[in-house]
Amino acid sequence: MPAVWCSMRGGCKFMTEPAEGNAKSTRTPPQGGAQASGADQTANSAAARQQRYNLRSGRNIVPREGVAGQALAVVIAIMSFLACLTFGAVSSVSDTATRWQTDIAREITIQIKPFEDGGMEDALREASRLILTFEGIGKVTVLDQAQTARLLEPWLGTGLDINELPVPRLLTVEVSPGARPDFEAIRKALADKIPGATLDDHRAWVDRLVAMAWTTIVIGVSILILVLAATMLIVVFATRGAMAGNKDIVEVLHFVGADNRFIAREFQRHFLILAFRGAASGGGLAAALFIALGLWSQASRATPQGDQVTALFGSFAIGWLGFVGIAAIVGLIAFLVAATSRHTVLAHVGGLETAISAAKRPD
Amino acid sequence: MVTGACRPKFNLGPALIRFENVGLRYGVGPEVLSDLSFEVAPKTFQFLTGPSGAGKTSLLRLMLLSLKPTRGLVSLFGKEASQITRHDMPSIRRKIGIVFQDFRLLDHLTTYENVALPLVVRGKEEVSYRHDVTELLKWVGLGDRMHVLPPVLSGGEKQRAAIARALIDQPSVLLADEPTGNVDPPLARRLLRLFIELHRSGTSVVIATHDLALMDQFNARRLVLNEGRLQIYD
Repeated sequence: MPAVWCSMRGGCKFMTEPAEGNAKSTRTPPQGGAQASGADQTANSAAARQQRYNLRSGRNIVPREGVAGQALAVVIAIMSFLACLTFGAVSSVSDTATRWQTDIAREITIQIKPFEDGGMEDALREASRLILTFEGIGKVTVLDQAQTARLLEPWLGTGLDINELPVPRLLTVEVSPGARPDFEAIRKALADKIPGATLDDHRAWVDRLVAMAWTTIVIGVSILILVLAATMLIVVFATRGAMAGNKDIVEVLHFVGADNRFIAREFQRHFLILAFRGAASGGGLAAALFIALGLWSQASRATPQGDQVTALFGSFAIGWLGFVGIAAIVGLIAFLVAATSRHTVLAHVGGLETAISAAKRPD
Repeated sequence: MVTGACRPKFNLGPALIRFENVGLRYGVGPEVLSDLSFEVAPKTFQFLTGPSGAGKTSLLRLMLLSLKPTRGLVSLFGKEASQITRHDMPSIRRKIGIVFQDFRLLDHLTTYENVALPLVVRGKEEVSYRHDVTELLKWVGLGDRMHVLPPVLSGGEKQRAAIARALIDQPSVLLADEPTGNVDPPLARRLLRLFIELHRSGTSVVIATHDLALMDQFNARRLVLNEGRLQIYD
């Protein structure tokens, strides 16, 4: 018995005498090693030399490889991709809606309906002067007759003489950035001083856009939650499968004195690595997709198709915050997978101790 | 000396393992073990023997608390089994080394890693046991097989690796289920010698075997199981 090994017990009595065959064991193993061919021994010693530098114990107590593990990593990658895509889409729509909202809120329109006394040009000038007296108003533009006719072109055709029709005239008013003019006071002043003048601050549009943006966000977040919940359920089944597949490992760990937390930690580490690999792949793919769409959107900005797509879906740019969000989702999925697997393993291993009385007779 | 199975005869000292009128049945079947009363005292050596199917492995599993008895009392290290909580179980099992009949080596870990496993689960640092593990592996004749995965090992090498894993943390009790079942007589003698040395260094050893030739080589207490009942020959 080795001196160092025995000395931990206070010393063995028979340390001085090596066991039978021990001396030869360094040259030829008593059983299998003795039958090994020279080539085998050379390969073994080469492997030993190579591994002498990384001789470690306990690494990957739960084996990493396996078709089931790879399939799970792919499933997690797909779920992560969908989650990141949802997040990116929600982020993009939300940004676009906010931009629309800001653009619309920065412009108000004054409409002056024709009235009996005539003097529309005077009314336009008066309205323009009046509106500029209020705080927060940046610029007032009166749409002249030609511009008004162009607005009506889609409905009334070209060559329209605007003086022949009782067409309302419009003033567009730009609100200074960051300013919040008192629209009620402007509306009241216009109604008092200019007959037929009304102010449209686009509140109805803004409200609809806000409602649409919130609906989109709620739907997106719901999808995100569903994707995460589905991922967790998949992981529960995968963990149970892994536990069943690694039943022998769990049993051996139990018999050598591992506590449940150690076993859970090993499986948790296994699934954390697996989940991070999968989630990072899915998240990376989603981020790459957004970058590619953003580049395409920029490249096709001047074209009619590009403008249409940009008008509908925005620029596909999710900004650095979007990428931070994608990274956070990758981390969240990895964390959820690890926590789920740990919980499942603890429940499973805890059940092992209570189930032993019902076990089958060992063969 | 033959001791009656139903009459417990206990030493005065604290027993490591104590069975009192223990019975075991699987499901609703007949009792496979009946009225077992015995104890494993510190620093003792005993063979557990009997014909195939007599219940040797079941008895070892009862000793390991891997099975719950249908009736009777099992005590380990002075604590009655029903009072041992799940939380206590790891520390109890760390005092018991077990050699399985089918080795139970983890195929994806090297021989070295398998033998070091009990120390890894105890949270010990690699640097603190590396030398001991390599020394023990050399001792059992696996010095040049420590980087090999178990599927490559022969039956005898697997057996020695399993024994090394059971011994590495110097357990108070070693339970070995047919430890020489897969080896030739010279190696069986050598393994027995290893167990005897372990016993002399203070570990209680229980070896389940039906190899009469092996038992004849060492004069030790014999626990003989036959038709579910135990006879003790001190």
